[in-house]
Amino acid sequence: MLEISGVAKAFGGFQALIGVSLRVEPGEIAAIIGPNGAGKSTLFNVITGHLVPDAGRINLKGRDITGLPPHAICRLGLARSFQRTNIFPRLSVFDNVQVAILSHEGRAQEMWSRARDLGRERTMAILEDVGLAGRAAEASGSLSYGDQKQLELGIALALEPEMLLLDEPTAGMSPQETRSSMALVARIARDRRLTLLFTEHDMGVVFSVAQRIRVLHQGRIIAEGAPDEVRRNDEVKRVYLGKH
Amino acid sequence: MERRLVVRAVAGVALLAVPLVLPQFYLLLSVEILIMGLFAIGFNVLMGYAGMVSFGHAAFFGVGAYTCGLLLKKTEAPFVVAFLAAPVVAVVVAAVIGYFCVRLTRIYFSMLTLAFSQIVWATAHKWYSLTGGDNGLVGVPIPAWLIGPRAFYGFVAGVSLIVVAVLWRIMEAPFGRTLLAIRENAERAEFVGINVKRTQLTAFALSGAVSGLAGGMFALFTRGAFPEYAFWTKSAEVLIMTLLGGPHVFLGPALGAGILIVLNSVVTSYTEYWPIVLGIILLALIYVFPGGMTRMFLGWRGAGRPAGATRA
Amino acid sequence: MPDLSAFADPGFLAVQCLNGLTQAMFLFLIASGLSLIFGVLGVLNFAHGSLYMLGAYLSYTIASWFVGPPATFWVALVLGSIGVALVGGIIESVFLRPVYRREELEQLLVTYALVLIISDLVKLAWGAENRSGSRPALLAGSVDIAGRDFPTYNLFVLAVGPLVALALWLLLRRTQFGRLVRAAANDREMVGVVGVNVKGLFTGVFMLGAWLGGLGGGLAAPIGAIFPGMDVEIIVESFIVVVVGGMGSLGGTLLGALIIGQLNAFGILFFPRFAIVFVYVLMAVVLVIRPWGLLGRPVTRG
Repeated sequence: MLEISGVAKAFGGFQALIGVSLRVEPGEIAAIIGPNGAGKSTLFNVITGHLVPDAGRINLKGRDITGLPPHAICRLGLARSFQRTNIFPRLSVFDNVQVAILSHEGRAQEMWSRARDLGRERTMAILEDVGLAGRAAEASGSLSYGDQKQLELGIALALEPEMLLLDEPTAGMSPQETRSSMALVARIARDRRLTLLFTEHDMGVVFSVAQRIRVLHQGRIIAEGAPDEVRRNDEVKRVYLGKH
Repeated sequence: MERRLVVRAVAGVALLAVPLVLPQFYLLLSVEILIMGLFAIGFNVLMGYAGMVSFGHAAFFGVGAYTCGLLLKKTEAPFVVAFLAAPVVAVVVAAVIGYFCVRLTRIYFSMLTLAFSQIVWATAHKWYSLTGGDNGLVGVPIPAWLIGPRAFYGFVAGVSLIVVAVLWRIMEAPFGRTLLAIRENAERAEFVGINVKRTQLTAFALSGAVSGLAGGMFALFTRGAFPEYAFWTKSAEVLIMTLLGGPHVFLGPALGAGILIVLNSVVTSYTEYWPIVLGIILLALIYVFPGGMTRMFLGWRGAGRPAGATRA
Repeated sequence: MPDLSAFADPGFLAVQCLNGLTQAMFLFLIASGLSLIFGVLGVLNFAHGSLYMLGAYLSYTIASWFVGPPATFWVALVLGSIGVALVGGIIESVFLRPVYRREELEQLLVTYALVLIISDLVKLAWGAENRSGSRPALLAGSVDIAGRDFPTYNLFVLAVGPLVALALWLLLRRTQFGRLVRAAANDREMVGVVGVNVKGLFTGVFMLGAWLGGLGGGLAAPIGAIFPGMDVEIIVESFIVVVVGGMGSLGGTLLGALIIGQLNAFGILFFPRFAIVFVYVLMAVVLVIRPWGLLGRPVTRG
């Protein structure tokens, strides 16, 4: 599904990513972990086209997407969520998801159809999925933090992605919200046969949800494997888990 | 739903017909309000919907005015061609200027629109052989059927009604929603697959076209075109009208135009110190009624509604 | 066809260049205040041209109070610019302070409202006709530059500009106030967090910026005509200078002023009618190629 080879990215003199390669198979639920500043968000930004890598190639479904703009990569079936909530705050909850659906259907530029009821059923179905159906008319900016995160997930799902990238999907959530939210993500991923790649700081979540884990440290991948393998890896223990 | 639309349309037409029975002075004032209101609504496509604050929209108003005026005065072009050329030339100029401007954001975007519009102004101001320079282009002939305040008002009202209806339709279409999404969060919009720059450019051109059309009508109204039409203070004027009426309501800017022009007319009949009155109104707008007059009037209705849902 | 014969005359070229430099010094004085305020407060102050105009009128009037003593001009210059700084302090603390947390556009509108109000107040106080101050006796003559006359007063202005630039540089680099100003320009929120008196800092910066504008106006009083409308004329030129040089960069503002001054002085020789277009074209080109200006730094936040 996603294949990254030899990707490097530097900011000024700081090497944020050094020769990162990884492969995510279709349907896989994969996690990237690593201490703060390891380069996780940079890697996501490079994959989704927000940043252009200094070196290396990125392939999505066998197609080279290196250097494509975000909107083009998005249309190829890759959706993402952000570490800090990233919604359309003064639009209603309904409009947040509807705008994504219209964009996905290639109707974002239509000038003569009436937007009000377009994609209403699909929008409501998605809001139902993420538990926000009852709040469709509210201004999204007034939702609680946890609900805004759910809405972000809803926006991503509206794009009917084949692959979903979630950057710290539970950051800022209470332990309880975290558990229910990740259970929901995992269920949706299985139901829709999504390929999922996420970063997460909560190790409990990572080791219970992910099928494969990569450990990023100082811009390099230092370990890769099933949760048990990674847990046993000496280098990982030393640089990362040892701190906890 | 459809019935409400019909009621609104009838009410709109009735409202537009009222000035026809007013004395000539008010009729002419109404013409000015309609034209500037149309300009402000066009400007607001960019500001209120797309969240891009242009400091240079007078450029398109001026281009429209000079296009229409020059074609009527210096060529044999039929009226319809000269009139429609105003938005057409404005859209071309807006597309070129917009191509560069949409690459920038915030204050940098505003500054670039200002620079381009001042280029347009300086050209009009100095190109004596074509535009008449600072004397302006005067004595633009208009067809016989347009002469007389009632006929002219009818023409302006008809054109404005059509253009506003079309624009309303576009803003209520997915395109309008896409603009709101970009205004709210351009980065997120990019990540739901929206080509943000292209959408912004389309909005820029659309906004320029409407401004150009308003400029064309204004040239017919004043039978001339003047460099001030493209000067940055004209851009400030339309910005103020929009803020005064409220940028988050579709017809708000037109209301702002009405308020400003009527106030101007009243105040200037008493004193030459209109700017100081306007300055105080602006300060009151900021400290006392943020969100514009429409927000003040609609406040009781709009309270439970998301601010971005732009419905009149 | 432009008349190129003038270019064979070195004296003429030198004087033209000096004229451009003189204009650059005025632009620098005004634009440096504008840029400083933008850098620290984040407010694009449309009313900066009004402060310049106010400086010119105040100096003119103060000078007219005591006709006679040779120190008149200097007293008027000092008092006039300090008066403008005080007006700046009022503007900042009364009008701007309530809107720092609002949208940029509203802050801009406040300063634009002040443009309208100040322009009418000036008309009310001084009338609509043009006025002209007089030069101090010491600087009233002219000097010979390669066979051409050049006003001594302009030479004085040419000296003041670099001196003010140097003083500003020292202030920003070598004093505690300067360190705070630079820190605030880098990160406005941070300064408040570390316990600096942000209110006082903002008022101080605005007053300093206003003083620079007032000083420019006071210096312009004896040579340019003083008239209502000089505010709007100068503000757009100062925007150009700041944009070309880089918003918030002192060196950039100086460079921008020098470029615009020379462009105006020599553009008028080549294309007398279209010289005015060049500065706007330059502004547009810089914004397209380097939106953050020649010597500015790209903004990463927002």
